[in-house]
Amino acid sequence: MVPVDHYLWLSLALFTIGVIGVLTRRNVIIILMSIELILNAVNINLVAFSHMFGGVDGQVFAIFIITDAAAEAAVGLGIILAFFRNRETLLADEMDMLKW
Amino acid sequence: MGLNSILFYFFAALAVGSAILMVTRRNVVHGAVYLITTLLATAGVFLLLQAEFLFITQVILYVGGIMVLFVFVIMLVNLDVSLLQYQFNRQRFVGGVLALALAAQLFIVIKMGKTSLFPQARVPEVLPKNTEAVADALFGRFMLPFEIASILLLVAMIGAVVMAKRRV
Amino acid sequence: MNAQPYFLDHIWLIPLFPLATAAVMLFFGRRLSNQIVSWLCSGSVFVSFIFSAGAFFQLIAKPSGERVATKILFEWIPAGTYHMLDGRIATFIADWGFQIDPLSCVMILIVTGVGFLIHIYSTGYMAHEGGYYRFFGYLNLFMFSMLMLVLANNLLLLFVGWEGVGTCSYLLIGFYFHKKSASDAGKKAFIVNRVGDAGFLLGIFLTSALLGTVRFVEIGPALAAGGFAIGDPRITAIALLFFVGATGKSAQIPLYVWLPDAMEGPTPVSALIHAATMVTAGVYMVTRTNAIYQLSPKAMGVVALVGAITALFAASMGVVQNDIKKVLAYSTVSQLGYMFLACGVGAFTAGIFHLMTHAFFKGLLFLAAGSVIHAVSGEQDMRKMGALSKKIPVTYWTMLVAALAIAGIFPFAGFISKDLILGKAYEKDALLWAIGYFTAGMTAFYMFRLIFMTFHGASRVDHEVEHHIHESPKSMLVPLVILAVLSIVGGWLSWPEIFGGNSHFIHFLSTVVAVPHEARMEPVKGPSSAHGELFLMVLSEGLVILGILFAWFLYVKRTDLPDKIARSFGGFYRLVYNKYYVDQLYDALFVNRAKGLGLALGAFDRNVIDGVGVNGAGWLTRAISILSIWWDTWIVDGSVRLGARIVWIFSYPVRLIQDGLVQSYMLLIVIGLIGFFGYYFYMAHRAIH
Repeated sequence: MVPVDHYLWLSLALFTIGVIGVLTRRNVIIILMSIELILNAVNINLVAFSHMFGGVDGQVFAIFIITDAAAEAAVGLGIILAFFRNRETLLADEMDMLKW
Repeated sequence: MGLNSILFYFFAALAVGSAILMVTRRNVVHGAVYLITTLLATAGVFLLLQAEFLFITQVILYVGGIMVLFVFVIMLVNLDVSLLQYQFNRQRFVGGVLALALAAQLFIVIKMGKTSLFPQARVPEVLPKNTEAVADALFGRFMLPFEIASILLLVAMIGAVVMAKRRV
Repeated sequence: MNAQPYFLDHIWLIPLFPLATAAVMLFFGRRLSNQIVSWLCSGSVFVSFIFSAGAFFQLIAKPSGERVATKILFEWIPAGTYHMLDGRIATFIADWGFQIDPLSCVMILIVTGVGFLIHIYSTGYMAHEGGYYRFFGYLNLFMFSMLMLVLANNLLLLFVGWEGVGTCSYLLIGFYFHKKSASDAGKKAFIVNRVGDAGFLLGIFLTSALLGTVRFVEIGPALAAGGFAIGDPRITAIALLFFVGATGKSAQIPLYVWLPDAMEGPTPVSALIHAATMVTAGVYMVTRTNAIYQLSPKAMGVVALVGAITALFAASMGVVQNDIKKVLAYSTVSQLGYMFLACGVGAFTAGIFHLMTHAFFKGLLFLAAGSVIHAVSGEQDMRKMGALSKKIPVTYWTMLVAALAIAGIFPFAGFISKDLILGKAYEKDALLWAIGYFTAGMTAFYMFRLIFMTFHGASRVDHEVEHHIHESPKSMLVPLVILAVLSIVGGWLSWPEIFGGNSHFIHFLSTVVAVPHEARMEPVKGPSSAHGELFLMVLSEGLVILGILFAWFLYVKRTDLPDKIARSFGGFYRLVYNKYYVDQLYDALFVNRAKGLGLALGAFDRNVIDGVGVNGAGWLTRAISILSIWWDTWIVDGSVRLGARIVWIFSYPVRLIQDGLVQSYMLLIVIGLIGFFGYYFYMAHRAIH
């Protein structure tokens, strides 16, 4: 049997890679995909614990997270599209208008 | 070492490896493909955890829906010039360090809780019917969140349409 | 005083008629035609004359002891109680009251009568002058003031009229105000008058403090009740202060200097104000307050002496003047000296009598001189006249009558009045008589010098002027004739008793003169006997005729002589010709001192007050404003900017963080996360272990 904590290590690893991706990459699409990665890491965590405790609550939660990720990806991509039409750029460094 | 373990470690390695690759590719399309493989590996992990419904949901929704959407948009906005641009931003070192700090923190937590918090998982003799159970929970106890999620999806749909329109 | 006869009750109307027309001139005069102005103004004076005559007749209808009527219109200044000099309490009341007694009656008749004639004359003389309505307005205002003066029943109201005539004198002397000499003369008259008025006013104060009243009818009883000894220094002080006022108004030494300059005014003004009426106000005032004078022999001595000296002094200057009006001006000063001489020796009524006759013949002389000037197109220098007697006969004959009168030829008016004075003077003091006697001779001389130079001899008139020589219009000639008649018969009002007359005039006025501690005055009686008086008369007649002959000799027979005499007396002649340099002396002593003070004060005002005060105030305001600017900029604005700066400082870290980059925000989130997790896990760890 795989000990639960191994699932947690996996989740942690994916989470960290996702965070690195969000913080470090310039391309906004990569950033969005990194966010999906983070969400996935959480899902793994949830399902692992659900398996550990025997109920399906964790899985239901994970379903909702997936739902939410889908919604967010759709809207986010829509924003990227709109922004791209205006500024012709995909680099997060160049999207700095929301400041004083 | 059962088949379970081997498969788990295989899928884990695949996931992590694909994730690392995804985050480091210059070409966005490559990144998308690696994300797909990561997601598929994750789905495999779900299956190993006896969450069949989630497994299939992950594959259909996540990979088949979200990643397709991603690829569409990548095609729409694909810039050749982005292949020549530098892909890591100014705060890469700080960001990396901080991310690793966060990871270290969580690592310590997991490590310290390992002995006390995680009893061994019991594997039941007969696999319960997962989908039915999920359905029961989803339409029973979690009815409200279900409905709210549907509204969320509606809003997201409207938002996406508005965002992507050429002329408002 | 209810059951008074009509004119006596309405005595207050007499000054009012000319005042009303003066007011009309003030408000509407500009729009009225000359015709209307003449009728209105002369008419109002005529009505006043009628009223005066009515009052006179109603007054003499009363028995001689009761010839005092008072009419009080209202209480003018009821000032309350005060302490007199000797500690008693008195109440000060000056009412707007009128007093009719023989003295004021004589005065109003002279003022309105002669005034009326001069108004008629002015309609002709001023016909072509600008400001016609203004002239008559001022004349009527003058009539009002003079009538107030002589009708007042108390010293204060008299002073009102006193000041009023001074003001009108200024206005009328400076009538041609665009000529600097005229406006200067007006100022000189008023200022010199003011010096006298100061003395007069002090006298009024002293009277009120000493006697507790200013009403004439109460002064006599107050003097008697006060128990003042003869020669009391306080009484002498009052008398002398009054006399100072009189010297100013009646042009005696030392305040006579304005009268010759006053000839800058139009000739009717000279006739009315400076011959017949205003200048006599001093004599009137002295006579009115004779009760005070009679208690002070020293004061009366001063009056008599000043009068005599002035008479001589002025006559000497009149002898050498070449301007026809200036000769008459000095003559006026001289004759006024005679009047004061009379008052000074106690012959107050004789002084008033001479005042009346002088009004006639001096007024006539001035009007006739105006007629002459009119005939020779404005020339006033006698050296440029001559041989006018045939060309302007009416003027000539009337002027001749006046000259005979003033010289004192029997039986003209001047003879009688002057002899009355000289007789009384001889009684008192032989020196005074001598001065008066000698002056009479000079008077005759200079008067006939004037006549001969103007009307006789060779014609020295300018060529263009000669063609225009013409007699004056009737409006000017008729008053001349009337005054000439009066100059002849005026004296007969007091025909000397030695010739069988009964001195009506003197008797009429005698009730006005207080009864002194000496025997009652009988001014008609001669020095010691009728013979003595006759002797004096003959003596003075002789000198007068001598004077006339001398004038004839010098100015008709041997016209080369006057210049030769003048040259041989060189320095002395120049001294007299330049009026003894008195004007220059006054200039150096007083006028330039006053001017200097004015300039100094002006410089002070400019430099200190304006410089320090005004400019200083400006500098101060600027300095304060600089301070205020500094305050506003640094402290007020500074507080505002300080607040903003504090916010800026505190927002600096936030500004650094907010760079619009999502990934920076993400970084911060992660940092926050690390913090959060650290805290909670630590807490949990502590809780568990």
